[in-house]
Amino acid sequence: MFFRMVRHALARGQGGRVMIAATTALGAAVATAMLGIMFDVGDKVNQELKTYGANIVVQGHGAAVLDGLYDIESTAVGRTPLAESDLPKIKTIFWAFNILGFAPFLESQAALSQDGADPPAPESLVDVRGTWFAQPLDLPTGEHAVAGLAALRSWWEVEGGWIADADRELAMIGSGLAASQDLALGDRFTLTGSGGQVSLRVAGIISSSAEEDQAVIIPLATAQALAGRPGEVDTVEVSALTTPDNDLARRAARNPDALSISEWETWYCTAYASSIAYQIEEVMPGAVAKPVRAITESSGSVLEKTSLLMLLVTVLSLIASALAIANLVTASVIERAPQIGLLKAVGASDGAVVRLVLAELAAIALAGGAAGYGLGLVFGQLVGQVVFSSSITPRPVVAGLVAALVLLVVLGGSLPSIRLLVRLRPADVLHGR
Amino acid sequence: MNQTGLTGETLLELRQVSKSYGDLHALSQVDLTVPTGQWLSIVGPSGSGKTTLMNIVGAMDKATSGTVLLDGVELSQLRPKDLTTIRRDTVGLIFQKFHLIPHLNAVENVMVAQYYHSMPDEAEALAALTRVGLAGRASHRPAQLSGGEQQRVCIARALINYPKLILADEPTGNLDAANELIVLDLFHSLHAEGTTLIVVTHDPEVARQGQREIALDHGKVVSEVRHG
Ligand SMILES: Nc1ncnc2c1ncn2[C@@H]1O[C@H](COP(=O)(O)OP(=O)(O)OP(=O)(O)O)[C@@H](O)[C@H]1O
Ligand SMILES: [Mg+2]
Repeated sequence: MFFRMVRHALARGQGGRVMIAATTALGAAVATAMLGIMFDVGDKVNQELKTYGANIVVQGHGAAVLDGLYDIESTAVGRTPLAESDLPKIKTIFWAFNILGFAPFLESQAALSQDGADPPAPESLVDVRGTWFAQPLDLPTGEHAVAGLAALRSWWEVEGGWIADADRELAMIGSGLAASQDLALGDRFTLTGSGGQVSLRVAGIISSSAEEDQAVIIPLATAQALAGRPGEVDTVEVSALTTPDNDLARRAARNPDALSISEWETWYCTAYASSIAYQIEEVMPGAVAKPVRAITESSGSVLEKTSLLMLLVTVLSLIASALAIANLVTASVIERAPQIGLLKAVGASDGAVVRLVLAELAAIALAGGAAGYGLGLVFGQLVGQVVFSSSITPRPVVAGLVAALVLLVVLGGSLPSIRLLVRLRPADVLHGR
Repeated sequence: MNQTGLTGETLLELRQVSKSYGDLHALSQVDLTVPTGQWLSIVGPSGSGKTTLMNIVGAMDKATSGTVLLDGVELSQLRPKDLTTIRRDTVGLIFQKFHLIPHLNAVENVMVAQYYHSMPDEAEALAALTRVGLAGRASHRPAQLSGGEQQRVCIARALINYPKLILADEPTGNLDAANELIVLDLFHSLHAEGTTLIVVTHDPEVARQGQREIALDHGKVVSEVRHG
């Protein structure tokens, strides 16, 4: 009978049910969208960083004066080289799973001469970068991994194709270099460096806005032979999924030793760029790892502020919904006062009447909340695409949170009318008032 | 629980019952005794306190002073929760405006009273509708019923839980002669079954149907007549 009454009240009754459902839906939609974005965008924005390349750069120790003065963009000059054999250790740190990719670089200059050019082109000095393209790694832990430029520069537009690390006769060149040297796919050229000479064929032409547009990019082993620096690496670019920096991370980055033990542990066990960099230094002897601060830090604080803003919007919209619901429910109770008085007159207790009205509300809120959740997912996707150009993954956490919030808002909103319900006297109602 | 110094015949006893709304004395020092099985008519001009009296007797309102004994229970001592119980178990209500739940159909409106009393029983509710001549209208909603039919649904609802006392506040006030007759017939048969009836009316013809008629004016019982 109870459900019959609720069902009929919903199906045929009057009293702003649609408005209450719509208000609930609106609140739920905003909450779903905002919370969804909040939970998702932290990761998403950091994954975006991967698109911009590395967020940690590892180099050898430099001369004390150079270090810090030129920071990470300083040249390899005056720095102790890193050992290629140490590189797999990067994938063994505490936050190994957050390392999305890394690639070593050995930089040198070499004289380029195009084979069979007619008339013979004059030799010119070009930048040569040796790197891994997709190097399989056997980790000390016995696991396997792949590291290299292909993952780190996934957004490169490549004419021709990526080359493999074993392709000793192939090279990729920047489109700027290709233009200035009049090199096309399939053309052969010779590089002469301080360690020897290699004959190469152009297998890929890349378009990049960075220095790499003017460089020859070849497998690390080829470059080492060319430069006469076997087993050596100048820099390693690491792309890691990181937690946005907060105050703790900033203090730690300034001086890890200044932290208390528990702070230090928190910092170490959180995937801040600085703690990942610190852990890389731990496993690579003689290495200096630095977060590319400009990107991580600003994106971290922007994220924090954006999250705060979204939280604020969520809270405000929920409060607005609660107020609107309070009004609507009160209005509907007043409108239905004769009915409620009648129920009391035929023997319904206050509790029974409150249960009935709450059940109706719960059903309305459920419908409104579900519709709002669906709407919020769509809305969240839209905002995600437009603002963060990434899609938002629907999360069960958000659904649960939204359900709890909707319940809270609807219950909170109906509190005033529950008091009204209890105060309603059947006598007043039946007097005709 | 039938006895608190009353005779076994008395269902309702009011002693010095007053009800004031601020300065306004809707009822003042009313004494009234209604034996079980009596059909009592209450008449009086508008504003004389008839509905106020019904509300107090029906456990929907509390007197400002005085004592109300209904079926041996002193109502003025009770908490709202216990008043609800009395109302549910002892009283059946019929109003001038046919108070029905608009979104429930006729049989469901009857079942609501069953639901809050004990257990809804659709067959029994249908039987009650049959008794008031509405067997064919069970699935109609109030808006689809005539005034007389709505009033009969109210009567079916009032009698569904076999109350000892039926309170009717101008039950025929909005009815045509034909429907008034049907309603009075129903009252006669309830009366014949031993149900106590208190009927408020402006209609002398309806008032004459009762065994006893009292007149209220300015919250006081001003006259009493015995019929046939
Ligand atoms: N809740 C209230 N607050 C203030 N005054 C009230 C209230 N209820 C009733 N009254 C007053 O008490 C008096 C008696 O009212 P009541 O409704 O009992 O009259 P009645 O005899 O039923 O009249 P009618 O024949 O018009 O139905 C009236 O003057 C009315 O205005
Ligand atoms: Mg009245």
